[in-house]
Amino acid sequence: MPDFLMNLFTNYYETAAMILFGIGFTTLLTHRNLIKKIIGFNFMDAAIYLFLAAKGYIAGRLAPIIVDGNTDPSNYVNPIPTGLVLTGIVVSVSVTAFMLALTCRLYDRFHTLDIDEITHLVRKERD
Amino acid sequence: MRNKRFFSRLSDFVEYGSFREEEYTLSPSHKANIDTDTPENRWLTSVQHSERSAPVRLMDWLKLRGFEVFNNLYRIASVIICITLIAVLLSVVVFLPPFGSDDNPAVNEVVERYVSKTVEETGATNSVAGMISAYRGFDTLGEAHVLFVAACSVIVLLRVDPSERRRGRLVDPGMTGEDLDFEPNSDLILRKAAKLLVPLSFILGLYVILNGTTSPGGGFSGGALMGAGLILCSVAFGFGRTQRFFGDGMYHLVKTVCLASYALMMAYFIFMGANGFDDHVWLGVPGSIISGGLILPINIAVGLEVACTMYCFYALFRKGGL
Repeated sequence: MPDFLMNLFTNYYETAAMILFGIGFTTLLTHRNLIKKIIGFNFMDAAIYLFLAAKGYIAGRLAPIIVDGNTDPSNYVNPIPTGLVLTGIVVSVSVTAFMLALTCRLYDRFHTLDIDEITHLVRKERD
Repeated sequence: MRNKRFFSRLSDFVEYGSFREEEYTLSPSHKANIDTDTPENRWLTSVQHSERSAPVRLMDWLKLRGFEVFNNLYRIASVIICITLIAVLLSVVVFLPPFGSDDNPAVNEVVERYVSKTVEETGATNSVAGMISAYRGFDTLGEAHVLFVAACSVIVLLRVDPSERRRGRLVDPGMTGEDLDFEPNSDLILRKAAKLLVPLSFILGLYVILNGTTSPGGGFSGGALMGAGLILCSVAFGFGRTQRFFGDGMYHLVKTVCLASYALMMAYFIFMGANGFDDHVWLGVPGSIISGGLILPINIAVGLEVACTMYCFYALFRKGGL
């Protein structure tokens, strides 16, 4: 196996994150059911968190909580991706709740979760 | 089945007119001709059809079948896009620095500065807490507002007016009152387990919030734990009992007070030189609970707000109101 492909296996967290992102994107595009689309969206979110957390890790270092007054930066892993993941989780929870609420309303109105049928019904109503 | 005949139908139509399937019509006059399926009519349609040029026929066909065509194209295109996306992303991973290496470009002087100065400047030994609540405090304020706005929009979308519900008349005909008012018989195991777990989750949530400056955790994770406790309480002991101590008024009070106090603290940071780490706030003893200056009150405010929002989401989806 060529050298540069071995990198896919050394970076297995990142590889897994990218494949997860692809699965989420495929779900988002190919499914007609709105709930499944939202699940795909959450897959993509999870993939991003995995990627960020993996990028922040440095082998052999401690969690970024300063112990015994040791403030040498070479002792601790990167704290920034952790904060970014936190931001991402909060936004993803909010957006998911909002999307689910919109889906609830659409179901109340049209009694279906199929996006094509909803489009069809909307077009019929407009005419 | 539908897809199998898709291309044969296209060729049938463009070549011979609508012989094999009578379901679609070309024009009102045509329709009259096709109504009875006799050999003469077929011949007539064929003649009329072949009088029209191929592009016109194709346009007619697209008008009838455009939605299907679009769906098929869409499916093919989406599969191609997805495969391309995964391939591009994986090819990027090939060129990333190896996992766990310290020559990662993300590990730069910003990280050094955060780690080496957090205790001195913010008083928090947990440098993540110091970073998100002090160095990037405005970012976290924005996050809290995102949660607030999300809760508001969910309330706007899903709230059912209590007076309407009492009269048995609901705004949405689709949402039945039985669904919203349905209370399952509370299970014995669930109730016993909840008696144990609800206090525990509240205590753990408080612990995580208060120790946010010295250990992993903070407002968001502790708030999520407390929200889970509230939801468990509502599931096990009934919605009405939870409403007695955490109803509509309580929710709005806690949430607005928390968010407003957080915003005030951030405003204080602005007027004190937009840095907030100078000698205006007593930073406490690093490593103890009372440390980190404004980070502890910020954590408490954020935690309560997150707990409220979690429970609000649950209550609105389940009951259509707090």
